[in-house]
Amino acid sequence: MSASIYSPAEERKEIWVYLEQDDGALLQITLELLSKGREMADATGWRLVGLLLGDNVAHLADLAFAHGADAVQAGEHALLKFFTIEAYAQAAFQALIEGKPSVFLLGATPNGRDLAARLAVRLRTGLNADCTELHLESPEGLLISEVSGFGGGVLALIGMPHHRPQMATVRPGVFQVNGGTTGKQGELVNIPVVLDERLMRTRILERNIAGSVDISQTPVLVAAGRGVGADLTDLWQLAAQLGGDLGATRPLVDMGLVERDRQVGQTGVVCSPKLALCCGISGAFHFIVGIEKAGTVIAINTDPQSAIFDSADYCIVEDARSIIPELNKALAGAGEVEHE
Amino acid sequence: MSEPRIVVCMKVVPKPEEIRVNPQTHLLERANVHTEINPPDMNAIEMALKLQNEYGGSVEILSMGPPSFEHDLRVGLMMGADHIYLLSDRAFGGADTLATTYTLSQGIRKLGPVDVIILGEESSDGATGQVPQGLAEWLDLPQLTLLTDLSLDMEARCARGRRSIKGGYELLEVPLPCVVSVKTACNEPRFMDYRLKQRAAVADLMTIWDAQDLNTDAECTGLKGSPTTVTGLTAAQLRERKQIHITGTREEIAAKLAELIRQLL
Ligand SMILES: Cc1cc2nc3c(=O)[nH]c(=O)nc-3n(C[C@H](O)[C@H](O)[C@H](O)COP(=O)(O)OP(=O)(O)OC[C@H]3O[C@@H](n4cnc5c(N)ncnc54)[C@H](O)[C@@H]3O)c2cc1C
Ligand SMILES: Nc1ncnc2c1ncn2[C@@H]1O[C@H](COP(=O)(O)O)[C@@H](O)[C@H]1O
Repeated sequence: MSASIYSPAEERKEIWVYLEQDDGALLQITLELLSKGREMADATGWRLVGLLLGDNVAHLADLAFAHGADAVQAGEHALLKFFTIEAYAQAAFQALIEGKPSVFLLGATPNGRDLAARLAVRLRTGLNADCTELHLESPEGLLISEVSGFGGGVLALIGMPHHRPQMATVRPGVFQVNGGTTGKQGELVNIPVVLDERLMRTRILERNIAGSVDISQTPVLVAAGRGVGADLTDLWQLAAQLGGDLGATRPLVDMGLVERDRQVGQTGVVCSPKLALCCGISGAFHFIVGIEKAGTVIAINTDPQSAIFDSADYCIVEDARSIIPELNKALAGAGEVEHE
Repeated sequence: MSEPRIVVCMKVVPKPEEIRVNPQTHLLERANVHTEINPPDMNAIEMALKLQNEYGGSVEILSMGPPSFEHDLRVGLMMGADHIYLLSDRAFGGADTLATTYTLSQGIRKLGPVDVIILGEESSDGATGQVPQGLAEWLDLPQLTLLTDLSLDMEARCARGRRSIKGGYELLEVPLPCVVSVKTACNEPRFMDYRLKQRAAVADLMTIWDAQDLNTDAECTGLKGSPTTVTGLTAAQLRERKQIHITGTREEIAAKLAELIRQLL
């Protein structure tokens, strides 16, 4: 067996969370990771540390402290203003071999995945990707990650006994954010970042972010499948009326009917709405993964045998294209729905 | 001006819907399961062939796996690829990402100078999406991930890609050679060309390399070279739901639904 750059014997009993930020704001997933990390740190008596990289981002540490970080290591540099793999991997690598944490967690976002995968090879360690659950076994501190394979049908528990850090990327939306305590203090450590312009191979020619859509936090998810056809007007109206948002299955996204950020499921978003209304969706495992956290699921499908009904609290065997306009009418009669 | 040498990394996977976990042994039941080219890799080869159509050059398939991969991989030849390199050795079995990326990197080294290495976004059996970046790291090459579009400038020797990120995209440029991952479903993989069937069947178009050919370090390949170990395996349990049917005329159903939703929210 080949060894990781640092071994379990050299590790510090610390859980590190990568505090991914975009344009000076912490991503929701970082709060989810901190919340889960806090829980594991409390159970083992370990320290929870945030790793924050960027340009002028140290102020974000307060939010990390509020969500449970004992300390934040902040590495700031002009070359970290935008994410490039060279700069971020180099800065994170320096911090990790200096700090030698036992556990290092990142969000399974596009940049989080890129960073994690490159770092894992550079550190010669393992990486469990897109995890849906984590356990830190006490007292040895072995991290057991749950990952799903084969479209979500199979769950595997994976550990890495002999390599450090124990790395995992976590799927956004699976961990709940703890309430947070504003004003909670922590230790802010400014770490040196040594970067050279010559290291940079990626040139960002253009960045085009059109106000990103986030359906993971919506209280009401109206989800559209291939059975509703190409006209989504009624579903949009329903979502608006319920103070919710529209999600879709992958075929609709592939057809270009809705943005990719609205895709629900295994390769899309995991949502945790109070209510999910699934219209014209067959209920493939790939999709169901995305609504497992929904409080209540209502499904409308013309096929009584459809798998979606196994995952629904309320089942309606009907044509969604007829029911939705009727429902819009029925709801309109009663005024808008308010969320607390 | 030189023409690009393009390598596509492809994998063969069991069809996900046919996979079962044996409830007693907690092992995957793979016997009699149909296989296919990992669907995201069809988007990768399509991107490679499009580049070839535009810039000339060659498209070679690189895969690590058992000899049984051959049958499915030949589909790639029928789509238009020029050659298959299959990295196959008992010592490569049971590899996790670290060992897989190491072995693939040795395969690339053995190929000699290449310009673009194209991979799929993720494999449908593991869905980890980390092989492209890991391979780039072993080879110390720049990477462009999650691309929906890629163009080459063989004169300036650089690649320009459109990377899809949350809420939009980035246009990125890196020098060649580079590693690329392709956003799943970003293109329509072409059909097999049956005129190529004869050619695809020719044995010469496939080369198998084992550990000795690749000069791999036995400590770094397969199960031995894999830091991660699977400690348990279960079939995912779906959450129990109430499954209450709501019936009536459409108006009645709509009225009941509206009432229900009001109570829930
Ligand atoms: C690696 C991989 C990852 C994937 N990831 C995802 C993912 O993240 N998210 C995702 O959604 N999919 C994903 N998929 C695809 C997934 O397997 C299914 O193919 C997809 O979810 C099916 O979408 P659908 O239910 O809209 O379409 P279909 O399966 O075609 O179902 C349409 C349904 O509509 C019903 N219907 C027809 N007409 C009506 C009507 N008038 N009123 C009501 N019902 C009607 C039909 O009975 C049918 O049940 C993935 C696939 C792969 C291979
Ligand atoms: N054994 C393999 N042989 C060739 N390519 C692979 C192999 N495993 C993964 N890949 C490539 O890496 C991509 C991402 O896979 P993964 O990181 O396993 O999700 C796939 O789409 C393939 O292009």
